[in-house]
Amino acid sequence: MHEPALPAADTQGAPAVEAAGVHKRFGSTRALRGVDLSLQPGRCLGLVGRNGAGKSTLVSILSGLYPPDAGEVRLDGHPAPSLGDIAAWRARIATVFQHSMVVPGLTVAENVFLGRQPRRRGGVVDWRRMREQTRKVMTDWGFDVNADTACGNLTVEQRQIVEITRALAAGTRCLLLDEPTAALERGAAQRLFERIRQLRAQGVAILYISHHLEEVFEICTDVAVLRDGEMVLTAPLAEVTKDDLVTAMVGQENLSTERSVAPAPAPRELAGASAAQAGPDLVVDGVTYASPGVFLGNVSLTVRGGERVGVTGLRGSGATTLARIVAGAAAPGAGQVRLGDLVLRPGDRAGALRAGIGYIPEDRQADGFVPLLGAAENISMTITDRISRAGFVGPKRREARAAPLARRLSLVSAGLGQPVRELSGGNQQKVTVARALASDPVLIVAITPTRGVDVASKELLLSELDRITTETGASLLLASDELDDLVICDRVVVLVRGEIFTEFTEPPFDREALIAATEGLGRS
Amino acid sequence: MSDTKNNLAALAADVESALARRRSRSAAAISWIREVALLPVLFILIIVGAILNPHFLTVANLTGIGQQVSSLGVVVVGESLILLIGGMDLSLESTYGLAPMIAAWLIVPAAAFGNGWMLNPYLGIVILLAVGAAVGTVNGLLIVKGRLNGFIVTLGMTILLAGIQDGIVKGQAPFNLPAPFAYLGSANIGAIPVSLIVAAIIFALTGLFLRYHRLGRAIYAVGGNREAARAAGIKVNKVRMGVYIAGSILAAIGGLMEAGRVSSVAPQQGYGEGIIFAVFAAAVIGGVSLQGGRGNMVGAASGVILLGVVQNILFLENAPNYWIDAINGAVILFALILARVIGGEASAE
Repeated sequence: MHEPALPAADTQGAPAVEAAGVHKRFGSTRALRGVDLSLQPGRCLGLVGRNGAGKSTLVSILSGLYPPDAGEVRLDGHPAPSLGDIAAWRARIATVFQHSMVVPGLTVAENVFLGRQPRRRGGVVDWRRMREQTRKVMTDWGFDVNADTACGNLTVEQRQIVEITRALAAGTRCLLLDEPTAALERGAAQRLFERIRQLRAQGVAILYISHHLEEVFEICTDVAVLRDGEMVLTAPLAEVTKDDLVTAMVGQENLSTERSVAPAPAPRELAGASAAQAGPDLVVDGVTYASPGVFLGNVSLTVRGGERVGVTGLRGSGATTLARIVAGAAAPGAGQVRLGDLVLRPGDRAGALRAGIGYIPEDRQADGFVPLLGAAENISMTITDRISRAGFVGPKRREARAAPLARRLSLVSAGLGQPVRELSGGNQQKVTVARALASDPVLIVAITPTRGVDVASKELLLSELDRITTETGASLLLASDELDDLVICDRVVVLVRGEIFTEFTEPPFDREALIAATEGLGRS
Repeated sequence: MSDTKNNLAALAADVESALARRRSRSAAAISWIREVALLPVLFILIIVGAILNPHFLTVANLTGIGQQVSSLGVVVVGESLILLIGGMDLSLESTYGLAPMIAAWLIVPAAAFGNGWMLNPYLGIVILLAVGAAVGTVNGLLIVKGRLNGFIVTLGMTILLAGIQDGIVKGQAPFNLPAPFAYLGSANIGAIPVSLIVAAIIFALTGLFLRYHRLGRAIYAVGGNREAARAAGIKVNKVRMGVYIAGSILAAIGGLMEAGRVSSVAPQQGYGEGIIFAVFAAAVIGGVSLQGGRGNMVGAASGVILLGVVQNILFLENAPNYWIDAINGAVILFALILARVIGGEASAE
């Protein structure tokens, strides 16, 4: 056993975090309605719920970002500090957000002691003590990151360790992890779970927020389900099944419609049957690419007209980059991409769009939509040339074109003019997908199209991609590391370190074999 | 079978949408108030002006304000376009001086400080537009293709251009501008100055273009999220390039108006007067975001008029000369704060 490096919680036996009857309202939206939550030291509580259920609001209140309208938050048995007293909050509870909150230009030690650097007399920063303490905390908790490295040079996984270390160094014994595996590849996620278990064994309380129920089952001891701002289920994990959780998340009354939206789709008759409407073949010919962290070495791949091909691999395997090259969003170092007889200009997204390639980018916040513009405008952005008269296009025409797609994808908005930044994450993703479909593509390039989307929306998006490709004869190139996405594919290509490692041609694909292949094991 | 499910899902989405619509109706009302936030302020200012000075609300004075602000206004249109794509251009003020200076220098006789070529004044106007286009092209190439920082590029450019403006005439001000060249800035149709009419038309056409033309919408998309616009197949760099050129041409037209109004081109016109501060102030007070992607021509126009009215009131009230700048600065700050309070984040971002 390690001795905790800094004083532990002073009130023995009290929950690390306790929320009682917490209410929060934003305008007319009631984000939280009387939420109770209790987390004991040494436990790991999984907090799950669909997008918009109130998870983010609860996290913000528990980390002291906003006050609750009603109800009480207690930390370590004491009433929560006042809102402005950030140091007091951080000493009791620390949040590790999805997006890294380290300053890339500073060293690990500086980030660990950000804003509370040890000083010598006269207020000068005591660099030696800062480094020593950082090393000590790292050693105490069994982490291994060099205190003198600039954080900009660290991997995503290491940055997360820096954030956790920062929390522990401040004396916090309660961590809030918000989707911590979203940016991690599988190996790193496993190591994170190992770290979480170790922290828990030493009495740290962990609130674990995730979309992935498997993860919750893997590392949590308890689970709490939020739905529409209410805590609908709280139980030790041993007492619930995955089905119970899904039922609680979706709500009993909705379950019958939502759970079965996408039964693993029946394998489709290929080429032969639908040859009449199948589009041109996509040929990727000897494509290479090199940049820090991503490498593609001479990859060749053919997607026949109407065929749906999945490309998967670990982060850095090149799967995403290959898809971006096909969509014209990245330029290859060498090699060629052809659609039918047409040779696509490298890195020319507008040209690829004209050729009929629809594109669902990986990071919707960065590439997927323009937040200030309305849903209809974002959806019709790929087809302004077609819907304008002499270059002019009014809101009505845009909405007329966007409405069928919005309906088809069950987009929830207060009207298609509503700025996309006001929509929930799942609905933003629907806008991004609709934008790609609006141009009636002959080939859809989709990268992780269901990332960060709740279970029901996920199934809906996949089943719609499945249906649209079937109906229109469009081909699909789907790059994803989420194996669930790949069920709609006819064939899956696995990339390992920038080269095609193996191919699975017989759906349904074997999960275990796929995972093994991405790790470079068991070539079939 | 899967059809029924999808229909059910669509139905559920419809119900949720209806709820969301109800919620956002009040939000829509607020955002509408934000769009016209400056109008009440303008209204109050006009009442104040009328109370302070009986001369304020006369046709002569109001058209005078109109003529004075129209040249500034045209530059504000140019700067707003550039701000909308998420750029900024400090050199518009020098283009505003240099373009009419080169044109005037080439068309007036040597006795009026021309270079002696005495070109046709219509050709002069073409040259003026060409100078604007050339400056915009160079800026655009350096910023868009050369990936240099727009602030620094246009800062350097504004000093360079102002130096040329001064250098070619050795500090003299060409005068006696021929009628066709001065027409835009000096003529009236009835009681209304041509420059005001032209400026109003430029505001209106630009506003309609931004709202309804696909390229206008592309400007918002590029400014709102450049990468998303690129992924949607918008030719981002062409749009940016075009906007830098259009902005500079508009600045040149603004300069032509000013030259016609005073019937000469001073070496200080533009840079020497530091008009870029008023240009930015008008745009930002009018709700054009410095981050790009947000703002419109109604706002920009109200920003321009507001500044013009304030200056006019100060002038009519014989505000002490030495204090004019201080008062002006205070008014700009006050208007910004007010716009922030009424308009929320819309104007100050």
